[in-house]
Amino acid sequence: MGSVTGPADAPRVADASEALRIEGLRKSFGPQEVLRGVDLAVAPHEVICLIGASGSGKSTLLRCVNLLERIDAGTIWLDGQELTRPGMDENAVRRHIGIVFQSFNLFPHMTVERNVTLAPMKVLGLSRAEAVSQAAELLDRFGLGEKRADYPDRLSGGQQQRVAIVRALAMRPRLMLLDEVTSALDPELVADVLDVIRELAEGGMTMLIATHEMGFARDIASRVCFLADGQIVEQGPPDRLFSEPTDERTRRFLRRIVDAGRL
Amino acid sequence: MLGDSSRRGVALSTTSTVVVIAVVLAIFLLAPGSAQVRHTFFNPTDMWRSFVGDPKAGYYSVGEALWLNIRMFVAAEILILILALAVAVIRQSTGPVLLPLRVAATVYVDVARGVPLILIIFAIGYGLPALGLTVISDQSAAVYGVAALVLSYSAYVAEVYRAGINSVHRSQVAAARSLGLTQSSSMRYVILPQAIRNIIPPLLNDFISLQKDTAQVGLLGAIEANKAAEIYSSTVFNYSSYVVAAILFLILTIPLARFTDHLIRRDQARRLAGAGQ
Repeated sequence: MGSVTGPADAPRVADASEALRIEGLRKSFGPQEVLRGVDLAVAPHEVICLIGASGSGKSTLLRCVNLLERIDAGTIWLDGQELTRPGMDENAVRRHIGIVFQSFNLFPHMTVERNVTLAPMKVLGLSRAEAVSQAAELLDRFGLGEKRADYPDRLSGGQQQRVAIVRALAMRPRLMLLDEVTSALDPELVADVLDVIRELAEGGMTMLIATHEMGFARDIASRVCFLADGQIVEQGPPDRLFSEPTDERTRRFLRRIVDAGRL
Repeated sequence: MLGDSSRRGVALSTTSTVVVIAVVLAIFLLAPGSAQVRHTFFNPTDMWRSFVGDPKAGYYSVGEALWLNIRMFVAAEILILILALAVAVIRQSTGPVLLPLRVAATVYVDVARGVPLILIIFAIGYGLPALGLTVISDQSAAVYGVAALVLSYSAYVAEVYRAGINSVHRSQVAAARSLGLTQSSSMRYVILPQAIRNIIPPLLNDFISLQKDTAQVGLLGAIEANKAAEIYSSTVFNYSSYVVAAILFLILTIPLARFTDHLIRRDQARRLAGAGQ
């Protein structure tokens, strides 16, 4: 039961060629229905950018995929395995899906290195030496090698967010969820974090990215999904979606973004 | 320059302190019963005699009796830290299976906090021996005293722990769980270390209180500092022994306060030093 890959976990709908499949996902908070039937299929190595106004359900969608929120209806498959089946071990699911939050959420009482090695040691069962050398490699790769012994409160926001990305990567996820990871950063720190994400995309990481950075989305996404009223209203390659949106709501949203000088 | 005004500030505060102390001292010394009080409460000879004790004269050393307070305090403190943590974690749990335990923990906290310590001491100190059970009914007054202190204080300390756990932001739980850590691993490695850091000052406050409350175990006949002082005063008819006990309790509690400040400072220094280079 524990492993997502075990034969006992044979999917009900097998399509292992898809990295992620979401069908009819619904989620309410009290009387407010945030997601009203979301359908989405993601191919391996695809980078999906979710755009939409604040409150359109982008973050909730990501949190549902990571099972941080209990969904009301719908089905989610990861690599052909149903995650939303009753009795599914949510810890085993999360092992394979990395999520990075807007507010970093590093563990403030641990050094950068310990932040990155904790879960690989406790969840994947890596030895300290293995976890430390893996952390060193990842931190070096993203220009954080010298920050290994620092506590998070000594780092800039951009550095903290890059550590948070490294912390998620250290679990060797099959899918990364990025929840407005640059929204809490000072403008001059955004580029460093976006560079890291770009590098991940080039490395073939499958990603679901909720973002307000339209320029970045246009640049990096294989596909852009526009969310409104708890549904994916329109989706397509960035060039088409940004230049010839078909849905009226997408057009209105993009016009506001252009008027604000953000595209 | 600022020097002038700050120097004047120091001079002012020094003067006011001296004046206040002088006034209080004058009132004490000029009071009609001053000589009597000084003889009864602050007699150096009696203070020394009660401190060293004289079994042949029928009284114990208050200083030696304090050793029992210290042992009871240390034993109770360790047990309280463990029991209170268990109660707090149970009260914070969410699984439906644990509901009976949660109810039991809540009832325990309500009852133990609501009943005066002295009644719990009597209930255990006189109740358990009367049951006539083996082992349970054969313990010394000090052991019953420690049991009563643990029962009473664990309820308070459990609430302190709980406040500490709740003070850790929910996003920390989300971050820990999103990495695949189980609920108990998240609690152990992420939530509790942060919670405990936040609750050291209120925890210390409870433990200073606990140090003093070991004196109440004397009610069961255990010869702790306060009981020894009481025996001296009723033998010699001089209360200076109580002042000795008070001073000894102060000598115990003040270092505990300083030690905790030191821990907090060291923790801050270490986090700052983490910046390294």
